[in-house]
Amino acid sequence: MSATNLSLRRRLREHGLDGVTLLVIPGVLFVLALFIYPFIYGLILSFQPKQGGWLANYAKFFTDPYLYDTIWLTLQIAVPATLLNTILSVPVALRVRLMRRQKLLTTILVIPITLGTVMVADGLLTYLGPRGWLNRTLLEFGLISDPVRLIHNYWGVMLSLVISGFPFTFLLTLSYVTGIDPALEQAGAMLGARSRQRFFRILLPLLAPGLAITLALAFVQAFTVFPSAILLGAPAGPTRVISIVAYQAAFEQFDYPLASAIAMLMAAIQLVIIAGLLGARMLVFRGPVSTGKG
Amino acid sequence: MPIASRDFRELRLEDVSRDFGQHRALRDVNLTVKRGEFVALLGPSGCGKSTTLNCIAGLLQLTGGSIWLDSQRLDEVGPEDRGFGMVFQNYALFPHLTVRRNVAFGLVTQRRPKAEIERRVDEALALVRLNGQDEKLPGQLSGGQQQRVAIARAIVVGPPLVLMDEPLSNLDAKLRLEMRAEIRRIHTMLGCSTIYVTHDQEEALSLADRIMVMIDGQPRQIGTPEDLYARPASADVAEFMGYRNLLTSPAQMTVDGAAVTVSGARVLGTAMGTVGARATVAIRPDDLQPTADGPIAATVEIAEYHGRDFYAVARGTGGEDLYFRSDRRVAAGEVVHLAASPARVLVYPA
Amino acid sequence: MHRSLGERLWSFSIWAVVAFFVLNLLAMIGSVVVDSFGTHWFNTWLPAGFTPQWYVMAWDEFQLPDILIVTAEVVGTVVLVSGLIGVPTAYAMARRNFPGKQVVMLIFLLPLLVPPITYGIPMATVLYQAHLAGTIWGVILANLVPTVPFVILIMIPFVEQIDPRVEAAARVFGARMGRLFVQILVPLLLPGILAALLLVLVRTIAMFELTFLTSGPTSQTLVVALYYAVFAAGVRSQQSIDAMAVVYMITTLIWLLIALQFVNPTQIVTRAKR
Repeated sequence: MSATNLSLRRRLREHGLDGVTLLVIPGVLFVLALFIYPFIYGLILSFQPKQGGWLANYAKFFTDPYLYDTIWLTLQIAVPATLLNTILSVPVALRVRLMRRQKLLTTILVIPITLGTVMVADGLLTYLGPRGWLNRTLLEFGLISDPVRLIHNYWGVMLSLVISGFPFTFLLTLSYVTGIDPALEQAGAMLGARSRQRFFRILLPLLAPGLAITLALAFVQAFTVFPSAILLGAPAGPTRVISIVAYQAAFEQFDYPLASAIAMLMAAIQLVIIAGLLGARMLVFRGPVSTGKG
Repeated sequence: MPIASRDFRELRLEDVSRDFGQHRALRDVNLTVKRGEFVALLGPSGCGKSTTLNCIAGLLQLTGGSIWLDSQRLDEVGPEDRGFGMVFQNYALFPHLTVRRNVAFGLVTQRRPKAEIERRVDEALALVRLNGQDEKLPGQLSGGQQQRVAIARAIVVGPPLVLMDEPLSNLDAKLRLEMRAEIRRIHTMLGCSTIYVTHDQEEALSLADRIMVMIDGQPRQIGTPEDLYARPASADVAEFMGYRNLLTSPAQMTVDGAAVTVSGARVLGTAMGTVGARATVAIRPDDLQPTADGPIAATVEIAEYHGRDFYAVARGTGGEDLYFRSDRRVAAGEVVHLAASPARVLVYPA
Repeated sequence: MHRSLGERLWSFSIWAVVAFFVLNLLAMIGSVVVDSFGTHWFNTWLPAGFTPQWYVMAWDEFQLPDILIVTAEVVGTVVLVSGLIGVPTAYAMARRNFPGKQVVMLIFLLPLLVPPITYGIPMATVLYQAHLAGTIWGVILANLVPTVPFVILIMIPFVEQIDPRVEAAARVFGARMGRLFVQILVPLLLPGILAALLLVLVRTIAMFELTFLTSGPTSQTLVVALYYAVFAAGVRSQQSIDAMAVVYMITTLIWLLIALQFVNPTQIVTRAKR
């Protein structure tokens, strides 16, 4: 081994580059090939429409009501679902963290996440149907006179998003809530603050950064709803979400450039909202919330 | 409106007990704290001292007994309404609020006028000597500084009683001594009653007017520091208070005192209770000195140089370890003749 | 702490909401199970009678044995490959600080943050052009995209937990990289690897969008076959569809229960440990 060889290896190692570092290469190549590259390819493809100038796909999207309505329709489902799931998760998480045997409850709640959206859709089709147990119960108690229509419409999709979304937001919020030192609330109580004051002046500010992340992740899940919107919704009309038209463009019309354009738009909208949430997160205190320094 | 007013005369714990499921964490706690007193709750970990403090604070409910503030029953009242100040072990400063807002928190909760809040926060910060750090966040402060903020926050509302839960245990030795002096200074200036939890007997002895020693959930002795230092009520308390020599021995009551056997020698001691045929003998290492003709013969095993004197362990004829202090140098292997005055040899029932 | 009447009411209503949610959830699952065993079920609380015939029917109708085999192949391969690529990568990421590490970290984070449908469509397009789509390998590759980064991100904290001095000690005693890995690192990392792979397993069984976009008629996993069955619900009987759904549910829940012995429910949910 010559002197210059040795020093080169040593210099590389100083920068953290040696045989071990090479282990990252397969993973990186894999993600580059099957994630980054398709994205870039799709981006470029979206500017190469079958007909028309380079913006033709995007123009088509924004001039065809069948297509651009989907943004509004998707937001109409995603935003209320996200807000409901996240807001509801806070009081529930605050109560559950005081429970002694949480594991049973968290296990039950993880079931819909594990089962996935297709299974939940099938379950709701049976359960919420006009002859399903829910309608039957409501009729039995005289709360309604005719079965309520909860499937093949907006409400079916909304309910499926709640069933699969709430456990997700709940578990995330629970992990943030349990990270807060209980002594902080005790200190608040000793200083005279009641539950409500302790929540708004101590807990909520400390939860805010975590809630921003929860909102972002929950929104992304809700915005990209797909099988529920088809199986449980009315994909031709009120629940024609953006992922449906992207799919249709690709696999029914075989117009890959258009499908790519729609996928890019999906990504762009999600990016805008996430950036907004994370930007707002920057404004609040984000430091450690557990025990103080010793 | 907080219940406690500045004019209370005494806080009384009557037969207080607290269970956690099957486990009796506290029982038979009877204590009266007079206004202005500094009372320390002292004991090893798990003895229930923090549990007692949390019960007084209202953070834990009692499962037996009652707590009274003069003639008002306190244990039904929530912590928000008791009006006590509390300094937590890990300070529990609100990490998202500046020092100023942390200290002002209790006053803001009481909806005091803004000018009053500013004035009182300034006073509190001056008292703990922490001016100029107002706008910093707790994460930017050192441990000692956080400690001061925690104290300021607790006293700014002018509470009649301040509870402190091992406030110095997270500080290094030097800082601990400094802050100990600070706490004493603040207590003297403000005159508010203080209940202070610690496992460090040195801390308790130096700070408190009275000390309650707790072991295994029960109070074992309540008394002044002098009482506890010189006359611990039982062998357990003696052990905790630094009587490192705890020996079992046959005993005999005589007219001069209790006669016991240490390392084969007959030694006279003070009986602390009705002593039968066997007893536990407690002697402080400081009280066991090597002399020219002391009755207790032992062979030195280890000697540590401590600057002013030597701290040594010797083995007696019965195989017992004898801890003692010596002004002059002792060496391993040396035979020493130890003596202790009968007043300083405490003999407890076995 | 003492509670006022208001606080008690609030607490009660929260529990009521939770109970309502859980009740509906269990009822939803229950109605699928009951329906799959019912003979006829029209206007009554419970079916007229009970029979296992729908399971037999579904077994043939939906070619369940083939589908189960395909699912096993896909999931097994995905678990294996993501472990083989993910663990060494996590080791390198945990132990080395190289220029561009932040970028690489971002590259691994993106597939976990971007939802599958969004990148699935461009990815499926590329796979179709490579003539991989429609085959089982296309499905496997597609499912690997989120799972490899998932394993990496889960394993990095586990590797960081191992004291580097343990590795140094092994080196002093003569172990080279290979032996170090096999005899020291993998045994120490085993709980983490087990947790990560079980989570990958559970998530891949339920992964719909990626498989849906890349599968062909012979490479469908159970969840995709279920989707198609529900989609064409007018053609098949609802009960046999529900029978298939129950088979899917049992498959998923068994692995969930096994996974829960090693991980807690939160980890199934949080994709990246922050």
